[in-house]
Formats: sequence, structure tokens, C-alpha cells
Amino acid sequence: MSSPRDVVITGIGLVSSLGEGPDAHWQRLAQPGLQPVLETARFAPYTVHPLPEIDWNLQIPKRGDQRQMETWQRLGTYAAGLALDDAGIKGNDELCTTMDMVVAAGGGERDEAVDAAILAASESRNDRDVLLNEKLTTELRPTLFLAQLSNLLAGNISIVHKVTGSSRTFMGEEGAGVSAVETAAARIRSGQSTHVLVGGAFQTQHSDMLLGYELAGYLHRGPWKPVWQRQGAEGGGVVSGSGGAFLVLEQREHATSRGRKIYAELGPVVSGRARRSRGELDAEIAALLGRASLPNGKLLAMSGASGAHAATTAEKRALDAVEAITTRGFSTLTGHMKEAQFPFAVALAALAVDRKAAYPVFDAAAEKPFDGIPASVLATAIGYHQFEGMALVNAA
Amino acid sequence: MTNFRDHMGRPIVAVTGIGVVTSLGVGKADNWAALTSGKSGIHPITRFPIDHLNTRISGMVDFLDSSSKGASPLTYELAETAAREAVAESGLDSGDFGGPLFLASPPVELDWHERFALYNSDSQDAGAERLLRVARGLKELDIFETTQFGSIADRLADHFGTRGLPITLSTACASGATAIQLGVEAIRRGECDRALSIGADGSATAEALIRFSLLSALSTHNDNPEKASKPFSKDRDGFVLAEGSGALVLESLEAALARGASVLGILSGCGEKADDFHRTRSKPDGSPAIAAVRAALADAGLSKDEIDYVNAHGTSTPENDKMEHLSLSTVFGERIGSMPVSSNKSMIGHTLSAAGAVEAAFSLMTMRESVIPPTINYDNPDPAIVLDVVPNKKRNAEVRSVLSNSFGFGGQNTCLVMAREPV
Repeated sequence: MSSPRDVVITGIGLVSSLGEGPDAHWQRLAQPGLQPVLETARFAPYTVHPLPEIDWNLQIPKRGDQRQMETWQRLGTYAAGLALDDAGIKGNDELCTTMDMVVAAGGGERDEAVDAAILAASESRNDRDVLLNEKLTTELRPTLFLAQLSNLLAGNISIVHKVTGSSRTFMGEEGAGVSAVETAAARIRSGQSTHVLVGGAFQTQHSDMLLGYELAGYLHRGPWKPVWQRQGAEGGGVVSGSGGAFLVLEQREHATSRGRKIYAELGPVVSGRARRSRGELDAEIAALLGRASLPNGKLLAMSGASGAHAATTAEKRALDAVEAITTRGFSTLTGHMKEAQFPFAVALAALAVDRKAAYPVFDAAAEKPFDGIPASVLATAIGYHQFEGMALVNAA
Repeated sequence: MTNFRDHMGRPIVAVTGIGVVTSLGVGKADNWAALTSGKSGIHPITRFPIDHLNTRISGMVDFLDSSSKGASPLTYELAETAAREAVAESGLDSGDFGGPLFLASPPVELDWHERFALYNSDSQDAGAERLLRVARGLKELDIFETTQFGSIADRLADHFGTRGLPITLSTACASGATAIQLGVEAIRRGECDRALSIGADGSATAEALIRFSLLSALSTHNDNPEKASKPFSKDRDGFVLAEGSGALVLESLEAALARGASVLGILSGCGEKADDFHRTRSKPDGSPAIAAVRAALADAGLSKDEIDYVNAHGTSTPENDKMEHLSLSTVFGERIGSMPVSSNKSMIGHTLSAAGAVEAAFSLMTMRESVIPPTINYDNPDPAIVLDVVPNKKRNAEVRSVLSNSFGFGGQNTCLVMAREPV
């Protein structure tokens, strides 16, 4: 039963190694046997899924704005612009100034050359704190700080796309993306917001972004494998990818009154924090499945599994335990996009519901075919290290 | 019978616990005593060498166990310390809080000391390649966790037994206020009866100082640190980087009274508005800040004449104080000249991600104690800013309601309205 305060998805902005926009993603992902786009040499022994060619001018017309951002912020601002365009909100002052925004963000790119020079000099200096002052005061570009600040992705979206109702940035890897979608949906359901821009971006082609995983040995090394097949391989199982995903979530009544196409309804969004060191992850995933109001009958799941051994094994076990669920691990084709992972999962779920078709298997050895029309699709993000979330996406 | 619903039919949100840490000390008692006697916590930097630095003063918190251990450990300890005080005061179970956690904290990065140590533990190849190779050989998760944006909240959730997935957020210098706003909204939506909102910032590293310095945001009044932060003064020349934390236990008034808790104040309104003008400067007409103040008043159901005192953002930068005055005078009209408006930052500096929470804590104490902390260092008023800044000495006054402003880089504007009593 639909209700005027349902949360519906009216705009999708996607960028990944597969291309940009919902149509391009659907077309690529619907091809059976699609091969991933990989960059294997630059960060060897690590493989990443690189950004596609992007003409930034299409969403960020001012060169001055582009210069003020590094790739991560540009990517997020670009993906947000795609979502706003898709929802027919871009350029509409009234809708932009009343639009709320929740962005899931990590940090931006450090200056690798400056850092490398400081590290090299540290080998022959004992006064390293003085060295730091000496180099940072003279070699850092003053505005780089703003290109690194977590909340400045949202700040740039306000500047470039004029979204100014409110602006909040959540931090904390996949969990930030889960909370962003969950909070945005709660605002709409309670009548606090009529339309919200929500999403995130991750630019992995930078050594610090790899270091963020590798300080705990999370990255997969050696030849690439699909996300479900990395257990026992060298490294920790995660293959990261650059990408961004933004959604326009809207109150159903608001969307229909302005005559917009609705991709899908966003049903329950549930989140949790298993204390994994106490072995709670299996029970937590099962509990989330229990809270997600799963429909009767077969169900497609767009899993954001990262490949991280423990979390991915637990998620696979939990999803496989539900007979009706057929899973697609999209990280096989996009890589893991951290803060953007959950919004990306929700977007892919909405596309399948909208196109009335399931995705073919992404990994024939580990995934089963799905026949028929998916009326509901589950989206998951079980954090590679911490935090868990799911959402059920239903036909409009 | 007490009315438990506000003017919009939502649950009224009470404060039942307050905790605070600043450079003035740990806890409400020490902070309040210092704040009302006009004492400054700003002092010379001793945590790292000051060679080559233009700014050599700060309001760092140098007296905690983690003060020299890096931004992540110190931010955690600040958050935990303030939250412990707040939860203890509320009388709730300090290990089984039973509501969600909202944490405002600075973005995290691998600390330079760790970076140096990792790099110099090996000598093969160079740069990032070497760091990555050393990183994957680490046997402990300690360093990794300092680089995960969700780890501080995860540890706090373990410690206090909060419920669900904790939210870590950043709205730059408005973060502390946003953490409170998220807690208020969760209670109003009926998602929970109580929430723990914390703002904590222990990120005053050399690199942080240099970054703000390169943006010309910091005061360089190094010779007389106590006098460096001088909001609304003609010779103000930037903010003073500082650390601290503030924590509030928020509860629906109904739940608080039902369990016999003492109500310390009411969080009656929150307002926000983003600015699309520039990354660090606000729109020249002040319209976003004006809209944020008005949104907070409307949310609280109060008219502009019902605000007794403004706890200003008052950073002591030329830009902020001018724009804050413009916004306040636009909203409050002629009354602004006679309405007390003071800046806690004159004494504690700018605690960044923590500021909104620290200043909310002090705003609540202002109402409870009927004492307004002064704006110190107000020796040379800016003639373009006509405000009653409660200059240099505290003032005894009945304060029934406070507006607390928080404005930040990236066009962030968040305002809170607090009241002494439920209306």
C-alpha cells in the first residue's frame, strides 16, 4: 500500500569504472559475462577499478570551482549533479534552496609529493617535528586543506549546484553511507523533509586511500578474482574502486505532484553495529534481515560485500541461509567504494526494480540465475571492518 | 499536568546531563569557575616545536593522558571524559546508556609520528610504496583504527553501551551543534527516548595549525596569549586554535520526568541553512546565517523578543564577527544593541568540531546559574559592531532562553535555541 509520505527515489547519479549515469550502468551490468575494468600496474601488487573518462565541465562548469577540488570532491560533486539532473531538480531554484543534503564522506587527497619528500628527508633527520614545520609551512598549497576537508564535498555541492536547504556530512566508511540514507529517509517519513540529496564518493587511485585499508592488511593482492572468490588468496580480500553514487529521495506526494518519474520506493533502511570481536556479526546480519521486512517469495539482493575475508564470509553465509535470496556481489565489477558503497547498492537495486529485470550473474561460479521480475530488491553494506546496513527497495 | 509536547506536537527534548572539557580544565565546575572569572585558557604551544610557525599559541588540552598521543586518541579521551560527566549527572547507566550516539569529531588521518615510524622501520624503496608494504605487515590494529572515521564512535558505543550504529559527523565548525540537532530530531521522531550527543576535538596537530595558518585564519598575537582571542574587537586578527569537548544527555521530557531525573534545560529549537557563496566566506548579505537563526527561532516556537541572550559563534576572525553582527542585527533589529551577546571563545579559543557542543553546555549553565560569562579582551571595540558583548566581566542576569550560533567552512550554519524551562 503506498502512502503520501513514502520515500521514493526520483534521481540517480552514478559514476564507476563502468561509466556514468543509470542507463550506462544498467546497460553494462545487464550484459552477461561482463568483464571488470581494472588498473593492475599503477598500484601493484594491488588492483583497483579506475575512474572512467569524465568531462568535468558537464557538471562543474566553472574552471575555478574545478581547481578548488581534488578528484574526490569533483567526483562527488559530479555524481550529485547527475542525480539532480535526473530528478529534474538541477537549476530549479525553489527546489534546490529547500533541498536537504546528507553526504557520506571520508577525507580528501593529501599531496603525495610533499609527503614523500618529507618522508625521504626524515631518513637523515632526527628533528622530525621541525622538519615537518619547515616543509609543511613552505610546500603545502594553502587551499589544499579545503580540498581535503570531509564536509567540503557537501560544501562544493552547495556552491556548484545550489543545494542549500541543509547540509550534513556523515563520516565512517560504509556505515556513513548507511546512516546517510537511513537519516534522509527518516526525515522524509516524519515530514521534516520533502526531498533530500544523499550519497557519497570514493576516489581510490591515491596511495593514502589504499593505506587506509592496508594498515590492517585488508587489500587483495595478486591476480584479480571475483568478490566471492578471494578467500585463501594473498592479502585481505578487498579490491577497491573509484566511484560515486547520489540519490534524490523524495516524499511520494512531492514527487507525484511535480509529475516526476519514480524509480522505486525505498522501504525499511536498517543499520547495526555488531561487536565483531565478540563474534556478533553473524547474528547481527541475521537480525538485520529480520528487520528489513523481506517479502514472501524469491528476492534479489544487491550485496555491497567488500571481499574482506571475515565480513564477506559472514554475509555470504547469512544470505545463502535464506533459500529465497539470490545474491549479486557488485564489487566484482565496480570494486569497493567505501562511503559510496551503500548508496550505490540502493541505486542498483532501484534500477532493477524499475527495469523489471534482474542482473545476470556477475560470478557464474558463486551466483545463481534469477528468473522473473524483481518486485523488491535488497541492498546491503556489511562494512569491511565495522558497521552494517540494509535497505529494501520496492517497485514504485 | 506537564505538557510533554511542543508547539508542533513533537516530544519536548530535555537535557539531563552535561559534560565539558576545555583548556580551562576538566568538568563543569572548573570550567564554570574559570569562565565566569574571565580567565583565559590560551597558552604557548609546547606539544610540538614552534620553529617556522607564525602562530605559536593555542587552547590545546595538554593535561590528559592522551594529550601527546595524537589526534585520534586525544579526541577519544576528550569525548569519553565529557560523556562520562554527562551520563553520570543524568543518573543513567554509564555502561548501558540505551540510546543512540551522535559524535561530532574532526576528520582523521594517519598521524605524522606514525607515518615517520612506519617509514623508517624499513629502507627498501621509497614513498607510498614503502609505507604500503610496511603497513600490510603490521600485526596490531592500533594504527589502522586511528585512520578509520568511524572508530572513535565505535569505541564510545562500546564504552557507554549506546544503541545501534553510531553516527560520526562533520559540519566543520558547526559540528557540535549538528550532533545535538541530530539527537533532538531522533527523539522528536520518536525513534528513541534518549540520545547521547558529543562534540570532541583533539586535532590541534602541527599540520592542522599550519593548514589554518596558510588560510590566514589564525591570530598571530603570540606575545600575550591570554589576549589573543578578542571577538568583536577592532584589532581582532583571527581565531585561536583550541581543543575540547562537550556532551549532552538528551531525553524526551516525558521519559526524563517519568524516571525522576533532574531537568537541566530544554533543547527547544534547531535551525540550519547552507551557504552557496564560497568555501570559506559567507554570502555578503548574511542571508544564510540569518535564515539559520530564524529557522531555529521558528523551530523553537519563540519570537525574536523571547531570546534573552546570544552565545555567539564569535571566533575573533575579522570575517566571522562582522557577518555574525550583520545577521544578528538583521534578525533582532534595534534590540541587538542592548541584548547580551558574548563569546566563550574569547577564553577557550575555537574548539572547532567541539565548539557547538561546548558552547551549548555553557549556554545551559548560563541559564541555570543566572550568570553570563563575559567576552574578555574587549579593550578596543570595533565601532562597526555595536553589541553588548558583556565586556570583560561576568554579569548576573535572569536568562530564560539562549540562542547559540555555529558557523563553519563549507557554508555550514547551525543555530540552537535552549530554554531554562519547558514552555
